[in-house]
Amino acid sequence: GEIKKETGFSHSQITRLYSRFTSLDKGENGTLSREDFQRIPELAINPLGDRIINAFFPEGEDQVNFRGFMRTLAHFRPIEDNEKSKDQNGPEPLNSRSNKLHFAFRLYDLDKDDKISRDELLQVLRMMVGVNISDEQLGSIADRTIQEADQDGDSAISFAEFVKVLEKVDVEQKMSIRFLH
Amino acid sequence: MEENREGYGFVKILSIWIILFVVLALLPSIFRVSLGISHLYVKIIIKVLEWATLQIEEGVKKQKVLALENLISTGIIQREETSMEKEIAGHRRGHFSLADAMYFSKKGCEAVAEDEVTWRFYSEELVSWNLLSRTNANLHNVSWQLTIVWVFGILIRYCLLLPFRVCLTLFSILLLVFATTVVRQFPNGRVKCWLSNQVQMMCAALGVRSLGGLVHFHNRENRPQGGGICVANHTSPLDVLILASDGCYSLVSQTHGGLLGLVLRSCMQTTQHVLFERSELKDRHLVRKKIREHIADKAKLPVLIFPEGTCINNTSVMMFKKGSFEVGGTIYPVAIKYDPCFGDAFWNSTKHSFVTFVFNVMTSWAIVCNVWYLPPMVKEEGEDAVHFANRVKAVIAARGGMSVLPWDGGLKRKKVKESFKEEQQKKYCQIVTENGSMGNGSVC
Repeated sequence: GEIKKETGFSHSQITRLYSRFTSLDKGENGTLSREDFQRIPELAINPLGDRIINAFFPEGEDQVNFRGFMRTLAHFRPIEDNEKSKDQNGPEPLNSRSNKLHFAFRLYDLDKDDKISRDELLQVLRMMVGVNISDEQLGSIADRTIQEADQDGDSAISFAEFVKVLEKVDVEQKMSIRFLH
Repeated sequence: MEENREGYGFVKILSIWIILFVVLALLPSIFRVSLGISHLYVKIIIKVLEWATLQIEEGVKKQKVLALENLISTGIIQREETSMEKEIAGHRRGHFSLADAMYFSKKGCEAVAEDEVTWRFYSEELVSWNLLSRTNANLHNVSWQLTIVWVFGILIRYCLLLPFRVCLTLFSILLLVFATTVVRQFPNGRVKCWLSNQVQMMCAALGVRSLGGLVHFHNRENRPQGGGICVANHTSPLDVLILASDGCYSLVSQTHGGLLGLVLRSCMQTTQHVLFERSELKDRHLVRKKIREHIADKAKLPVLIFPEGTCINNTSVMMFKKGSFEVGGTIYPVAIKYDPCFGDAFWNSTKHSFVTFVFNVMTSWAIVCNVWYLPPMVKEEGEDAVHFANRVKAVIAARGGMSVLPWDGGLKRKKVKESFKEEQQKKYCQIVTENGSMGNGSVC
């Protein structure tokens, strides 16, 4: 009931995802550990697999419960039209454009200080390209990206700057998974 | 007097039972003649299951029980088939954007919600309930008629079919051990070979019948010949039994302990089989050498290999290990497809022991399967083993109506190799650094 309100998933979706959660939970203790995620082959070969797995786990913890699991997946719910206008007073839904962008921001922001520094960007870039690009070239890509985005001159990308850079990007489409009813 | 009569009555019943047993089950199985009883039985079960499905559908309409909504096993998510190039690049090749991480995160979360691989190592979810308790989701409460049929089914399966099948199995194992010991005494020669082949096929046929199996063989003109390699998709140990009841093979398999090991070792007495430890399998040269020696002798039996290397749940065909395709010789592909609504033949070796598996099989309605013998295939000039393996795999999957997966069956137990991740990284790098835009020429 609460999960439904918080995440916006329908009852049957929650049931289906719960059985998915239990099938991943090899230890059968109601929580997932990092190993449980890494057992999914398609996730293990994803270059940003570790960052994505990290996104599920709350600060400093090694286990995620079903609620946390659903909360993270909720970011990928497609944005429905009827949700945009209703409930202006309540908290923002997890799958709003802003929250989707925030999720992507957190993938880069390794130390969670709300800024993407050059080092952090380099590290994430390195994850995505593997060993196929030299340090120099990677550095120049990082510098260019920061140059384009940085507006207040601190050589780092804040969340506001991040949003500005991506304002033309169709975030809704890029970060939505079509969940079946 | 009373006791005598009772005792006499009991003996009479027992003897009738034994006579029926021998006439209706044992003899036909041994001589591989079908009396049509099993076919009739299967038809009845089909009718019952159809009726049950209708009942359940009506029940859904009437009661709207939420648990029934999960009956239909559709997926959790619907994936869009786009490639990395399309998603990330669009019209902007050669340029890195902060939004690129979104593609990976979306793919990653899709994999978390539902992936193509892990569920292949569990039993297939059924579209509709097949009146077995193990696939039940509180469905027996839908209507009282269904409950009665379900209870009746339990009685039949556990009290009638199970003892019958257990008897048959015990008998067939005894026969196997006895017969192989007898045949072993014969002097080596053609008579001995022929005899041992007959014994093998007979015991396998008995074994299939005792597990409630009903097999349809198709295209028997393509049956494997000596000096060739027979290749099939793997779902359970029953595959071996089923194939062995229609032809003689030399097995290539890992050694097992317990009951299965006993059976394997008895077979070893009269025929040449190649048995390994799974850890020894890493020594591929040894395997290949043994197989090559074996098939060089045309008089020897064809070798039976399951290139997937492990049991998959019969909905897809996973990666074929290239080892058997490097050896040369003619490959005879065989497709085996089980009908899941009568009983689940898949052995989840990480979850059930062999004895539990056999028990489950014996208490199902039946094991109905189709075996297609496909025309022989040979490696073409200049074709490498991996390509050939994929070709054979595609043919088998197409015949059996299964999907083809590039993933390795070994993922059941092991983790993914790093090289796959590196492939993904390489692909991405190619998109981001299109020549000319980054200046430094080709690095990828």
